[in-house]
Amino acid sequence: MNTLLIAEHNNETLADATVKAATAAAQMGGECHVLVAGSGCAAVADAAAKLDGVAKVLLADDAQYAKQLAEPMAALVVSLADGYATIASPASTNGKNFMPRIAALLDCSQISDITAVIDANTFERPIYAGNAIQTVKTTEAKKAVTIRSTAFQAAGDGGSAAVEAASAADNPGLSEFVNEELTKSDRPELTSAKIVVSGGRGMQSGDNFPMLEKVADKLGAAVGASRAAVDAGFVPNDYQVGQTGKVVAPELYIAVGISGAIQHLAGMKDSKVIVAINKDEEAPIFQVADYGLVADLFTAVPELEEELGKAGL
Amino acid sequence: MKILVPVKRVVDYNVKIRVKPDQTGVDLANVKMSMNPFCEIAVEEAVRLQEAGTATEIIVVSVGPTQAQETIRTALAMGADRGILVKTDDDLEPLGIAKVLKAVVEAESPDLVILGKQAIDGDNNQTGQMLSALLGWSQGTFASELGLDGDKVNVTREIDGGLQSVKLSMPAIITTDLRLNEPRYASLPNIMKAKKKPIDEKELAEYGVDAAPRLEIVKVAEPAEREAGVKVETVGELVDKLKNEAGVL
Repeated sequence: MNTLLIAEHNNETLADATVKAATAAAQMGGECHVLVAGSGCAAVADAAAKLDGVAKVLLADDAQYAKQLAEPMAALVVSLADGYATIASPASTNGKNFMPRIAALLDCSQISDITAVIDANTFERPIYAGNAIQTVKTTEAKKAVTIRSTAFQAAGDGGSAAVEAASAADNPGLSEFVNEELTKSDRPELTSAKIVVSGGRGMQSGDNFPMLEKVADKLGAAVGASRAAVDAGFVPNDYQVGQTGKVVAPELYIAVGISGAIQHLAGMKDSKVIVAINKDEEAPIFQVADYGLVADLFTAVPELEEELGKAGL
Repeated sequence: MKILVPVKRVVDYNVKIRVKPDQTGVDLANVKMSMNPFCEIAVEEAVRLQEAGTATEIIVVSVGPTQAQETIRTALAMGADRGILVKTDDDLEPLGIAKVLKAVVEAESPDLVILGKQAIDGDNNQTGQMLSALLGWSQGTFASELGLDGDKVNVTREIDGGLQSVKLSMPAIITTDLRLNEPRYASLPNIMKAKKKPIDEKELAEYGVDAAPRLEIVKVAEPAEREAGVKVETVGELVDKLKNEAGVL
């Protein structure tokens, strides 16, 4: 039985999360088909068709899918669900929004945020903010799965699957898109960046974040934040790394003025190398850091920028 | 307008949980339990709508063991009017909970159901969306702001790239994100008053829904431990180690 992977994209480009989720979907047995639902998104379908392990791409190009609202998306996926044992998507805010709706309409369980595929019906997923790892198995004929993309390698792009048009389903007409305010940035996207520099409550004010941004720009890094920094209004919500924000696993994670609350660690402890800069040497962040620097960030961060310059960055 | 707020009793967010040595689950014996933080935000939002004169009645419902009464009392002390406890000692899955809640919604006919986006134990983030699907209602998940507008509700949602605003037909399901509000602490007089507010106790079987678990928990294990590394003395040493030892620059 096949897997239908619902692509994350912005109607122009295929999100990195989908490229990684395709690796997980290919491990679930049967063929992996990708559904690209959006508006004016043919280029996304072409990109999905090149992913290794993808046997077919379904393109549902219709104005009602432009923002992937849950109600029309669920109606569409349910109309396509016959013949699939697994309906999957990246565990993005879009996937988290529409996938449980799809599962309930299909009367099947959802397994959220999987980090490993054991076999077609058995998965690992973190619970309690990553303080425990649950192995869960289903025997249902159908299942919904959301994939934590940072736990999987990107699929290669040597494929050449066929793209087929899929008909739009009737729009339930329950919801309507009004507008969106997206953070504009030239820096890499947080969840796919190789280096992430994050600031916490210790930053004291949003006015101090440019200091981190300078370091980030030297490193080609994304900028993140702890929940405390977001709650205090230093930076927008989409900067948040943690249990309920974004989960990142870069090569290098630099935590500045972050104490290391459990819920923050849940979002970054799978990073390859972790650096902590904090003036409190008892801060829990040092228990997970590969390199800890006990220092006042207001002197250490400018110094870091300078040292990186000296190192030729 | 009537609002239903489902709440969950979970391990307190400050508790460092322990996995049971036999890997069958997480040790909940003698552990402090509290209302799930996202549920507190949901209760707070409903109470604010009542204070603003928009909501006329707030009903709190919990599906769980007898002790979930305490969680309902907490919500009553925050300002909810009455509670419903659907008693079960089974650990229901999100789809099962959504089916029970659907039956409660059908009995109570609320205009709005506000609930937390996820519980901090299972981290599933499913119940609200599933309930919305079963009822055929609209859904406004991960809300950071909501405003009523006649028979519509405007919801600002926290999404990956920033914020998104949607307009939903009522009745609707709203799930709360962190920045929707800051929940109040119940005052002592309100805690005393809450003791007199009614809680209707029901047995799960009374609802006649199939909420039997469908997933098998094969095991629950500790995550791979991350060892603490070294402390460096200077920024120069840090950059040197990142470049020459870790090789990440």
